[in-house]
Amino acid sequence: MATRPTSTKPRKTPRRPNTRTTEEIALGIRRRVFEHTIRNNGGYLSQACSAAEQLAWLYNEELHIGEPTLPPLPEPFGGVPSATNSGYHTGAGYNGPALPQFDRLIFAPAHYALVAYATLIEVGRLAPEALGQFNRDGSSVEMIGAEHSPGMEVHNGTLGVGLSTAAGLAWGRRRKGETGRVWVFMSDGEVEEGQTWEAVQAAAYHGIDTLNAIVDVNAQQCDGAMSSVMDVRDIRQKFEAFGAVVAEVDGHDVAALRRAAKTPHPGQPLIILAKTNPFKGMNHLERRFPRLHYVRFKDEADRAATNDAIAAELGVSPVDYSR
Amino acid sequence: MVELVNRPYAGAFEAYAVAHPEVLCLSADLTSSCEIDGFRDRHPEQFLSLGMAEQNMMSFAGGLGLAGFRPFLHTFGVFLYRRPYDQLIASVAYPRRKVRLMGFLPGVTTPGGMTHQAIEDISVMRSIPNMTILETGDATEVESIVEAADSVDGPVYARVLRGQVPRLFDTPIVVGKARELSLGSDVLVITAGITTEEALRARGALEKAGVSIRHIHLNTIKPFDAQYLLDHLHSVRHGVVTLENHVTEGGIGSLVAETIADAGIAKRLVRLGLKDTYAHGGSRPYLMRTYGLDAPALVAAIERLTGESFGITDADLDAVRIDAVHSSAKAEAL
Repeated sequence: MATRPTSTKPRKTPRRPNTRTTEEIALGIRRRVFEHTIRNNGGYLSQACSAAEQLAWLYNEELHIGEPTLPPLPEPFGGVPSATNSGYHTGAGYNGPALPQFDRLIFAPAHYALVAYATLIEVGRLAPEALGQFNRDGSSVEMIGAEHSPGMEVHNGTLGVGLSTAAGLAWGRRRKGETGRVWVFMSDGEVEEGQTWEAVQAAAYHGIDTLNAIVDVNAQQCDGAMSSVMDVRDIRQKFEAFGAVVAEVDGHDVAALRRAAKTPHPGQPLIILAKTNPFKGMNHLERRFPRLHYVRFKDEADRAATNDAIAAELGVSPVDYSR
Repeated sequence: MVELVNRPYAGAFEAYAVAHPEVLCLSADLTSSCEIDGFRDRHPEQFLSLGMAEQNMMSFAGGLGLAGFRPFLHTFGVFLYRRPYDQLIASVAYPRRKVRLMGFLPGVTTPGGMTHQAIEDISVMRSIPNMTILETGDATEVESIVEAADSVDGPVYARVLRGQVPRLFDTPIVVGKARELSLGSDVLVITAGITTEEALRARGALEKAGVSIRHIHLNTIKPFDAQYLLDHLHSVRHGVVTLENHVTEGGIGSLVAETIADAGIAKRLVRLGLKDTYAHGGSRPYLMRTYGLDAPALVAAIERLTGESFGITDADLDAVRIDAVHSSAKAEAL
């Protein structure tokens, strides 16, 4: 089970002081992903719009996790797991050590990796320079989060496997008497996968109430608006019918996220449906609807106009990407 | 007459799991069909019913592995890799979880037809990095498969026999160690699982005909010791016949072909097995006869290889065992 290095002991105070508000961190995430997307000439920008508050809230407030066990600047890709790769470890060390009392985070939509890295930077778990390694050959800071990428513990690039993994992990931890919870960050597109429903019914059947998930309900998927791809109908009703307790909130309202997490759910998993706006904080993106999954620029004029408009919305100077 | 053992898996699993609390018993609605119904009833705290939902079961097992448990998944072999293949790779094989995939009804051992017959499982599993593949060929191997599988540092897929199983061997499976059943010098015969019994049926008749057989029984298909095979290949005059309860692509026949080609040696090879075809529902002897997986097929292949005709007829071969389709050993014919 050597999936995490344990050589670095956590500090005595497991939770770092929250020197910034969750709202400030969320703004930082948007700014950082924006800057990266402009410099990189494209990126997963809309995901930052929808998920910034959720990830900022998880890391800044809700998750009970220890100090990182991995260096601020990620090591290069260290090879895949194999019988001979004895030094292998996942990227979970950025979420602290796997101790019994600490929560674990399963980051289900691996395509949000850029937003995850930006979050780790904003909460001081990863160096800002780490984004310079994003999607570079030989780097562990991969475009689609791999289990060796910062903040990741399992591969979730094949969407829909995260919740099942988390359910098994939560069952096993409960069986061992560990007090830490398992949290899952999910995307709403994953409800199209049958496995999601298999996972919910199994978690409910086995009474796994240490399992908590927050779903970024931005109603977008790769092809565009979810309603144009598949009608998933009332997912609150569906989650409840399969055995979860559901809290449905405005995913940009941090106070509402706090309240949702306090929803009692004895004997059942908790699913927080965080309804979000895929342009939140960057209204300029709305003109691209429904092509939001990966923002590309048509031409230099498009890139420059997007740079100026969103920089103004985020209260920063336009990115000087000529340098 | 060969000794038949009734439900050897049931007792073996229970004895091992009870002594190893970090072993968990997972089932996907085929609990009695996989002979773990008694375990479920006597050890409910160590048993997880995950329903007829194999994709979730596979990733859930990955999560259990992440938490330090060693789950044994029980279902028919086909349901461990066809539907949940994506989950098998992402949640079990890649991260090298100690998940033990107990695949019942390998190949044509079921009358359930295409949907129940795992005829390409070895091919699929062989191509998965980090995977270990074991196969049981008798009651002793079934009795020892649990401990053998659990000794592996990583995921394991095992082809498990159930119901009434003949006892051919008296020593347990040792992972990575093939059995040398005869050490002749004319033809090398490689078998695994139920085809070993078929080769043994032909042994007496072939001996009488004066052909010297070197017979190797494989219970570990991956990892595979190529040098071990080459040593045996160098010890026979004519060549090698592989007989497998599987398609001839990607299984033991392919394994031997690759070994021969990689080493650049000149040895003739006859691969017996399902020839790029599905089977259908029927009894095991009927299917083995129809698709050329039985003792007469082996004899014919050896005749082709040696260029001799032995005149061996069915009457010269040891009897085929006919299992009752509905017996106390099986919950149902499936």
